[in-house]
Amino acid sequence: MSQRHPVLTMTAISKIFPGVRALDGVDFRLFPGEVHALMGENGAGKSTLIKVLTGVYGTDAGTVTLDGARVSFTGPMQATAAGVSTVYQEVNLLPNLSVAENIFIGREPRRLGVVDWRAMRRRATELLARIDLHIDVTELLGSYSLAVQQMVAIARAVDVRARVLILDEPTSSLDADEVAQLLRIMRQLRDDGIAILFVTHFLDQVYGIADRITVLRNGRLVGEWPTAELPQLALVEKMIGKELDALESIDADAGNDPEAVAAGPPLVTAEGLGRTGSVAPFSLTIHQGEVVGLAGLLGSGRTEVARLFFGADRADQGQLTVDGTPTTIRNPVAAIDRNIAFCSENRRTEGLVGELTVRENIILAMQAARGWLRPVPRRRQDELVQRWIEALSIRPANPDLPVRNLSGGNQQKVLLARWLITEPRLLILDEPTRGIDIGAKTEIQRLVVKLADGGMAVLFISAELEEVLRLSHRVAVMRDRQMVTQLTNDDTLDADRVMNAIASGGHEEGAPA
Amino acid sequence: MSTLRSRLPAVTGHRLFWPLVVLVLLIAANTVYRPSFLSVELKNGHLYGSLVDILRLSAPLILVALGMSLVIATGGIDLSVGSVVAVSGAVACLYISKQPDQNSLGGVVTALALAFGVALLLGVWNGTLVAVIGIQPIIATLILMVAGRGLAQLVTQGQIITVNSDPYRTIGVGHLVGLPFAIIVALAVTLLVAVLTRRTALGMIIEAVGGNAEASRLAGVRARRITLLVYVVSAACAGIAGFMMTANVSSADGNAAGLWVELDAILAVVIGGTSLAGGRFYLGGTIVGALLIQTLTTSVYAMSIDPQTALLFKAVVVIVVCLIQAPAFRARLRRRAATPTPPTTPAEQQKEQVPA
Amino acid sequence: MTTTPLAARADRAWWRVPPRHVPVLATLALLLVMYGVGVSQYRAFSNVQVVFNIFIDNGFLLVVAVGMTFVILTGGIDLSVGSVVAMTAMVSASLLRSGLPPALVLLIALLIGPTLGFAMGCVIHFFDIQPFIVTLAGMFFARGMCTWISASSIPITDGFWTTMAQERIRIGESFVSISVLIAVAVVLLAAFVLAYTRLGRNVYAIGGNPQSALLMGLPVARTKIAVYTISGLCSAIGGIMLSFYTLSGAPLIAVGMELDVIAAVVIGGTLLTGGSGYVFGTVLGVLVLGVIQTLITFDGTLNSWWTKIVIGGLLFAFILLQRLVGIRKK
Repeated sequence: MSQRHPVLTMTAISKIFPGVRALDGVDFRLFPGEVHALMGENGAGKSTLIKVLTGVYGTDAGTVTLDGARVSFTGPMQATAAGVSTVYQEVNLLPNLSVAENIFIGREPRRLGVVDWRAMRRRATELLARIDLHIDVTELLGSYSLAVQQMVAIARAVDVRARVLILDEPTSSLDADEVAQLLRIMRQLRDDGIAILFVTHFLDQVYGIADRITVLRNGRLVGEWPTAELPQLALVEKMIGKELDALESIDADAGNDPEAVAAGPPLVTAEGLGRTGSVAPFSLTIHQGEVVGLAGLLGSGRTEVARLFFGADRADQGQLTVDGTPTTIRNPVAAIDRNIAFCSENRRTEGLVGELTVRENIILAMQAARGWLRPVPRRRQDELVQRWIEALSIRPANPDLPVRNLSGGNQQKVLLARWLITEPRLLILDEPTRGIDIGAKTEIQRLVVKLADGGMAVLFISAELEEVLRLSHRVAVMRDRQMVTQLTNDDTLDADRVMNAIASGGHEEGAPA
Repeated sequence: MSTLRSRLPAVTGHRLFWPLVVLVLLIAANTVYRPSFLSVELKNGHLYGSLVDILRLSAPLILVALGMSLVIATGGIDLSVGSVVAVSGAVACLYISKQPDQNSLGGVVTALALAFGVALLLGVWNGTLVAVIGIQPIIATLILMVAGRGLAQLVTQGQIITVNSDPYRTIGVGHLVGLPFAIIVALAVTLLVAVLTRRTALGMIIEAVGGNAEASRLAGVRARRITLLVYVVSAACAGIAGFMMTANVSSADGNAAGLWVELDAILAVVIGGTSLAGGRFYLGGTIVGALLIQTLTTSVYAMSIDPQTALLFKAVVVIVVCLIQAPAFRARLRRRAATPTPPTTPAEQQKEQVPA
Repeated sequence: MTTTPLAARADRAWWRVPPRHVPVLATLALLLVMYGVGVSQYRAFSNVQVVFNIFIDNGFLLVVAVGMTFVILTGGIDLSVGSVVAMTAMVSASLLRSGLPPALVLLIALLIGPTLGFAMGCVIHFFDIQPFIVTLAGMFFARGMCTWISASSIPITDGFWTTMAQERIRIGESFVSISVLIAVAVVLLAAFVLAYTRLGRNVYAIGGNPQSALLMGLPVARTKIAVYTISGLCSAIGGIMLSFYTLSGAPLIAVGMELDVIAAVVIGGTLLTGGSGYVFGTVLGVLVLGVIQTLITFDGTLNSWWTKIVIGGLLFAFILLQRLVGIRKK
């Protein structure tokens, strides 16, 4: 292997977005006939790297060479033409056309300028047979499962003479059998000499197929290892990192002893709650005044758990009990009625209404709960908005500014304020500190501690283990869409143990490596 | 000087700047063409004059456009308003024409209530298709746009129903405290809609749904109810407009009443600065838009150009206004005009002012 | 109305009809039922000439609907068609009156529609303004042009036009007009383009998912502009056919025609959201409208407004059917 030349080399790639260094001198290489896993948490720079490679973004520094020649693509189309094809999680094909057409559209076999349907069907069938997929190619693509669609996308990519195949989270929505079939196809393509860049959050799959692993963190290259030389725990450590803690320590444990909190009255209990295709059934109890952290890698099902509690998605199995009364939470309105609040990780798409002002965004949930006929009186609005702008130090402190003009951290605080004025009993925070500056981050962490001290229950989700450990009384660990274990945050719990639980799928307790 | 230069973009950048400029230009052109255009006189205690006529004639359009503003703010559209105008006008006229005494106030009021109820039902139908069944608004309202005309003709049996009722005529051409009755009705409905949306939380919630439907759902907004409501309001406004239009001519023509009014109303809303994508809506802007369209139509009449030819002007206005509002077009302009002073958008300005 | 989806489901169970064919088959079934009703109620209905007359009376509608099918397949809409039909007829009539040779008039008339369509397509694509608004402006523009040319109807006395209007082609006992032949030719050509050329397949691709189409390297801009140009061309041909039919150009003819056209396309099984549908379905949709009109004419007691109500009802039924098929696919 060492004798071969890489088909693709990316050297010292940097990409700067306003205020963020998304990639900082990252190197990456890909050899023909290998499956290379690109790993990293949210904001690590994986998707930026792929977008730079396929020409969606330009680079600010660094070079990309393909087969020894320097390239700089202007877009995915040009990249595809040069042999670099991408298959995305949400299949970018046309469900309204037949399988055969999806493979050949844009380059249909023609006779005398007329599309030769018979030749197209024949060639499509042959092509799919090569990857062991035997389906009716005249059927609409949309009538097949996502897994088949993905394989068709791969077939299309391969047929346009791809030498580099980028698979961006292809397995996220597939079941076990489908994943197995996809991995088999990947092995076959690898053996045919195609270089595969594989992005996934499933550690099993990485260790099942990848030859090498590159890890990114916060836009920097952590390193590149042959899979055999990088144990799972080491991989998790490299991905999550042990940040030098620049934050002041927050004395979370001082106020409430985890044991004492857990002995208190349970507020919300989930028993076997789950949703097919989203998260496996889990059981979790959250007590008053308790902060429960959800740890796990991106795509492990953290957000899905939160959405079930809030009714953003409807659970199709299990039972939820609030205050000892069994309830079904069909939609957010029902959750809000039971004093549950949810700050989504996607502030822009699922949180704020960008056009509306800070004031309007803050009172939206309270107003929705009251109904439009009973507007929150202007004076009370002013009072509430002013109080929370000050309490959370939202800057600029102008309640009549469209919220989209605020920075990420301030937007997050606006979202928090929206829910805090509804005085929830369970506050679900999904990545509340992602993409915001360190000052705002500390403020939000402090606030969580204070709220819990005041008796509020908090479900806290974060990709940063340190943060989860600092704030939570208890940590539930997610892996591959399952809740694998729950750990009490006593003196013995540290990042290593949590990482071990993530890496091993909960069968930890043995001595870490 | 420097303050003037810095203020100028704030003025020209206001969303009503260009519509108002066009409106003023139109009035100026009319005045040049016919100097008496601006004069308003008092006869028998009633106001008369071209400007008053424009206001009176624009009343139905203002009503329809008000309802349309709310629908568009939720990110929808209502193509059926023209048909609703025709149906409500037809029902009212039919009922009155069957009365032994067409001048009886009670009969007219019953007719109005009946027709208004029918309009509300049609609104519920639209709202149900959009909010409950989940059909795209443009398609859902297309159904009633087609079938509603047929319904109106069914009501009138294909005839033009003429009524001879003074109380009904008043709605279109009568006067109250010196002002044409239609203007007062339009004003009253405008106030009502303004109070309904701005004094309650309805306006904000509509804007939240139109601005980001998913975020609103996750904030606990019952988006379906709001969506259904705006289609009902839209149909109600169209229903009242139907009374005015038929009262204006004292007859109901199922085929012609309210023809094209949906297009004019959409145009008025867009000219007024409300984005077709939904979100913020501006009732004041909508009214300026409606006045602009009516002034354009009236001017064309006054200059004895064929009314249909007015459509040519309308086409130009639609394209110009939409281009000015289209982000893609603005971006192109900005790139071309890469002069020392790049144009400033209002949002950018606000952002600059804030830290001070 | 409620039996249609059920019947479709039964079809699927018996013959395993793919869901995408359900709307077209439902339209076909509806058409046959309506024709059957006509034949059983009225003796004269069974005359073959009745069928031919439907084609003769609706030939121009069919051609315009074919153009609209292209636009709707991409997920767009073209509100300007009725006005462009009228404008084309007006331009032809006024140019003929001013003494231009018929060949030149034909050429000019046939160029106006596609030019306007091309311009609208460009605005829609490059400035990213909704097709609804742009073609609305196009509709205003074309209608304004009509009255600008003349406020009243202009008769056509040209020899070529009168020949085209009166020529009858005998088929057995019955006859059709030349317009019918033109319509059939347009339908066949359009069906061929949609099924067998890259342009046609790209039309479906854009309607399926424009982002995907772009990522797959398909010429989205060119295709989008092309469909509005094609729709403009079809409207122009429709306008010429209308001027053959009426031997005049009238400024207010074909008002509201765009609604009939859109209704025909939707009833013909084309999804208004784009990506699915057939020209053959559009033919069926136009025939359904034609048969409704004929039935109402034969009946004599029913009035013309029932046409609109029935079309509205059918629109509702078919849109609901489309949604049901769509939901089941998920």
